[in-house]
Amino acid sequence: MVMLAVTVVIIVRSRNLFAVVILGGIYSFLMATVLVAMDAVDVAMTEAAVGAGISTVLLLGALYLCKSEEARAPRKPFVPLLVSLATGGMLIYGTLGLPEFSDPKAPIHQHVVPRYLNEMKKEVDVPNVVTAVLASYRGYDTLGETTVVFTAGAGVIALLRRRRKGRKS
Amino acid sequence: MKNDLILRVIAKIMIPFILLFALYVQFHGDFGPGGGFQAGVILAASVIFYALIYGLSDARKVVPEPLVESMMAIGVLIYAGVGVAGLFLGGNYLDYFVLDPNPVHGQHRGIFWVEVGVATTVSGVMLKIFYMFSDRSKVDEE
Repeated sequence: MVMLAVTVVIIVRSRNLFAVVILGGIYSFLMATVLVAMDAVDVAMTEAAVGAGISTVLLLGALYLCKSEEARAPRKPFVPLLVSLATGGMLIYGTLGLPEFSDPKAPIHQHVVPRYLNEMKKEVDVPNVVTAVLASYRGYDTLGETTVVFTAGAGVIALLRRRRKGRKS
Repeated sequence: MKNDLILRVIAKIMIPFILLFALYVQFHGDFGPGGGFQAGVILAASVIFYALIYGLSDARKVVPEPLVESMMAIGVLIYAGVGVAGLFLGGNYLDYFVLDPNPVHGQHRGIFWVEVGVATTVSGVMLKIFYMFSDRSKVDEE
């Protein structure tokens, strides 16, 4: 966690965008480590692959297209600072009301989780509960997510391909 | 990076293992961490790795663009097709119990195909975005 904070501070201070992108990758790996420590292995794997791998490559590709030095802000960004501090403060205040981490009496563990955990052996019989919930109990959600990913790809195609054709003509 | 001998050799050694790991994550998702999304990303990452070392045109030869574009759509269609298959076999949409005489095996089968669909779409989209971005830099150079 301390290393995470240090990385964020360096990212904010640094004006070299190349360093920022690489530090972003490092941040993702540290975040993945935190997630492993919280026993969320599936999420950690996604974070490591997407956050540290793919998005770093894509950002480097974008960086190749533009200058690698961040422009100086025309004036001191006090209002955005205030807004982000207020939002962060509110979020931290909100976490105070959350139940303890991995508290079995938390409301989220009272609703459908007991059914998932107890009946899954009988109904689905897949050792990884995350996969069972993701693909079976919450099949509609995952279908929606897949469609979202597809839409993102289609959007990128629509945006970038037209530009290429326009250049040629 | 195309002429760097060390990078080329190392990439050649590593890429089969990355592909194998992607398949492992895909098919072992029922038992350990992982699943379609992660496997798709790892699959795309291996091709991106190949493109970084050997150049974009070589990667296009291995994984041609029409294939990538159709992968994006086919993945969603596989997923939706599992739901429709459930409908035809007398269940609700995305009901896996009816896919096999044994409902538990039906669940396994449904999850398997759904994960295949997710992996196909995710790797297709990731690769397409990468192709698009790197293609743009080439256009700007010319």
